[in-house]
Amino acid sequence: MRIARIKTCKEEPKSDVVDLSLMDGLIKKYQGKKGSMIPLLQGTQALYGFIPPSAFEKLSKETGLALSDMYGVVTFYAQFRLNPVGKYIIKVCHGTACHVQNASKISESLQEALKVPDGGTTEDNLFTLESVACLGCCSLAPVMMLGGETYGKLTGTEAVKIVKNIRIADKTDKSPSE
Amino acid sequence: MAKTKVIVGLGSCGIAAGARKTYEKIKQLQEVENLDFELKKTSCIGMCFREPLVEIIDEHGSYIYGNVDEGRVVEVIERHVINHEPVKELVVKTDLFQTEDNHFFEDQVKIALRHCGYIDPESIDEYEAHEGYESIKKIADNEIKPEDVIGMILESGLRGRGGGGFPTGMKWKFARNSISSEKYIICNADEGDPGAFMDRSLLEGDPHAVLEGMIIGAYAIGATGGVIYCRAEYPLAIKRLNIAIEQARDKGYLGDHILGIEGFCFDIYVKEGAGAFVCGEETALIASVEGERGMPRKRPPFPAVSGLWKKPTNINNVETFANIPWIVFHGPGAYAKYGTAKSKGTKVFALAGKINNSGLVEVPMGITIHDIIFKLGGGIPDGKRFKAVQLGGPSGGCIPEYLANTIVDYDSVNATGAIMGSGGMVVMDESTCMVDVAKFFLNFTQEESCGKCTFCRIGTKRMLEILTRITEGEGEEEDIEKLEELAYQIKDNSLCGLGQTAPNPVLTTLKYFRDEYTAHIIEKKCPAKVCKNLLTYEIIADKCTGCTVCAKKCPVNAISGERKLPHLIDQEACTHCGDCYSRCKFDAITVS
Repeated sequence: MRIARIKTCKEEPKSDVVDLSLMDGLIKKYQGKKGSMIPLLQGTQALYGFIPPSAFEKLSKETGLALSDMYGVVTFYAQFRLNPVGKYIIKVCHGTACHVQNASKISESLQEALKVPDGGTTEDNLFTLESVACLGCCSLAPVMMLGGETYGKLTGTEAVKIVKNIRIADKTDKSPSE
Repeated sequence: MAKTKVIVGLGSCGIAAGARKTYEKIKQLQEVENLDFELKKTSCIGMCFREPLVEIIDEHGSYIYGNVDEGRVVEVIERHVINHEPVKELVVKTDLFQTEDNHFFEDQVKIALRHCGYIDPESIDEYEAHEGYESIKKIADNEIKPEDVIGMILESGLRGRGGGGFPTGMKWKFARNSISSEKYIICNADEGDPGAFMDRSLLEGDPHAVLEGMIIGAYAIGATGGVIYCRAEYPLAIKRLNIAIEQARDKGYLGDHILGIEGFCFDIYVKEGAGAFVCGEETALIASVEGERGMPRKRPPFPAVSGLWKKPTNINNVETFANIPWIVFHGPGAYAKYGTAKSKGTKVFALAGKINNSGLVEVPMGITIHDIIFKLGGGIPDGKRFKAVQLGGPSGGCIPEYLANTIVDYDSVNATGAIMGSGGMVVMDESTCMVDVAKFFLNFTQEESCGKCTFCRIGTKRMLEILTRITEGEGEEEDIEKLEELAYQIKDNSLCGLGQTAPNPVLTTLKYFRDEYTAHIIEKKCPAKVCKNLLTYEIIADKCTGCTVCAKKCPVNAISGERKLPHLIDQEACTHCGDCYSRCKFDAITVS
């Protein structure tokens, strides 16, 4: 899981995608405060879904944080991403309880259905598939989290069905079924 | 007559089971039918296996209904609220009559979880109505000295509930004795143990209790600032904590000269963790709060002397803090009444895995593991045999069935080679492969190792390689010896708890389930039928109807046969994916 994240973005996404001025409020909020590196990076990721190279440079220029320090932090924590992600992030739980309840089957089924490896994003940029450590819903194992909702007691087939429904709902421009 | 109350459990587990839909449905029904009852929200009551849960309190008492999904709302509300006839068969807990699940509560003593599932976690008024903030008021009103507060905690015998088991009062005393104008108190809510979820439940269900515990702690050690370091994976907990902090500030429980105590100025903020298991380690957690890579450092100096921003710092776990107000309010004697000689009070356990009643239980220390699993937990599903229970997550170990009479207290659990940890109990049955479980934990610690110490960084990787080889049928006879040697070297040569305990899952499984290792290595068999490469799938000719489903779905086209005639698996081509096995509707495929 961790190795996959360390890859940097090969090319900067088009400039119309990354609007760096969005970061101004965030930088102002933490300017000069100690211990603000992680909140700044978390805030940046919340804006773009990942941390684009140009955002690192802006942060460095305006806050004085060293690029190397930021890169060190970003590659250390599981939360940070250096690559763009899909509209929905599918987090398949691989905690102990989910593991003994066959969570790997959920991941395998989703990988097969979405045709992406673990950590990959689908061609239509709709889904990013991730394995995560523990979502803390062990009693409903195996679980996955998708678009802020947690789905429990899954089977591979059910997981695929949920994802398919969201794709259909998204295409018909409706919000995913609650 | 008091108005009937309808309370829906909206913890993370409940929401995942559909409780939000249940809540909306009840609300809709109330509006459409113009029904006269009070609709409220609460958090997790611990019976995760019966979610969504709805409690109805009428003039007779409380009835907790289980499995109230959207479809059952109308039935329950119509029969109970409108016609005043409880739907007995759906009631899971009440004091009014015996229910099937009553035994789930029989041995429980709720201290840390006292409010979870009973009050609305987003309402400070409800917390105050249930002894809330009474403990800090007691301290203020009676002018109890900080030293005496520490004395109370020492006397209660409370030990750190995060896993270390260090006496909380001692820790406070060290921090108190460090002289500084600036001190910090940190709540460790970075519940990284896969398989433990009591901290999440506490933060979601009773955030004010944790705040009050921190306020009392701050008073005792003389802290000026407080931080709750919470996992970003717990969005609901973070939201409720922030609501609670705002409310506490408004009421003057946080801020300057709290409750009129001269010079007691203290505030708390929530810091979102960014996802690193090693941040459960005190010095790593501090580095992370400071915005750095969460890497542990050498101790001494201990955080009590030099911690956050090099100032004296005290770190306790969520559950520890939640116990504090109760101890101050009821007195240390009331707490020490529960438990064993060296482990006082109660402990919350998260039951998960192959168990009927998964959820949260709070029991007095000293109860046996067997009682937790079979009396409270309702045993193993599908008539399978209980094999082992995993305690303490990646730092802990597996306790086998024959040691199920071990009592839960810090020392008895440590004697088995496992650790109490934060209280995650993952139950395993005969279909769980212990070598696979050991591999799972090693994979976790290997990934989460911060990389500072060579033995932890490389040693865990080598151990994982060996375990992977064993589960793939490539194990060699001397592998067990190699694993043991590496395990002891990693334990001895790592700086922090992560490395020192990382080999525990392997060591305990080697100690209690060595025969499974040898079965994998020598006989090339996985007795639990989990390790794919060691399995053989075969079609039973008598049972096969020739429906061709398996042949069509086989990803490597290893199955052949005529329609309506028995099929055959080409063992050379088979990749052991198990797809045919799970798809066969006629039980015509065996695994061995």
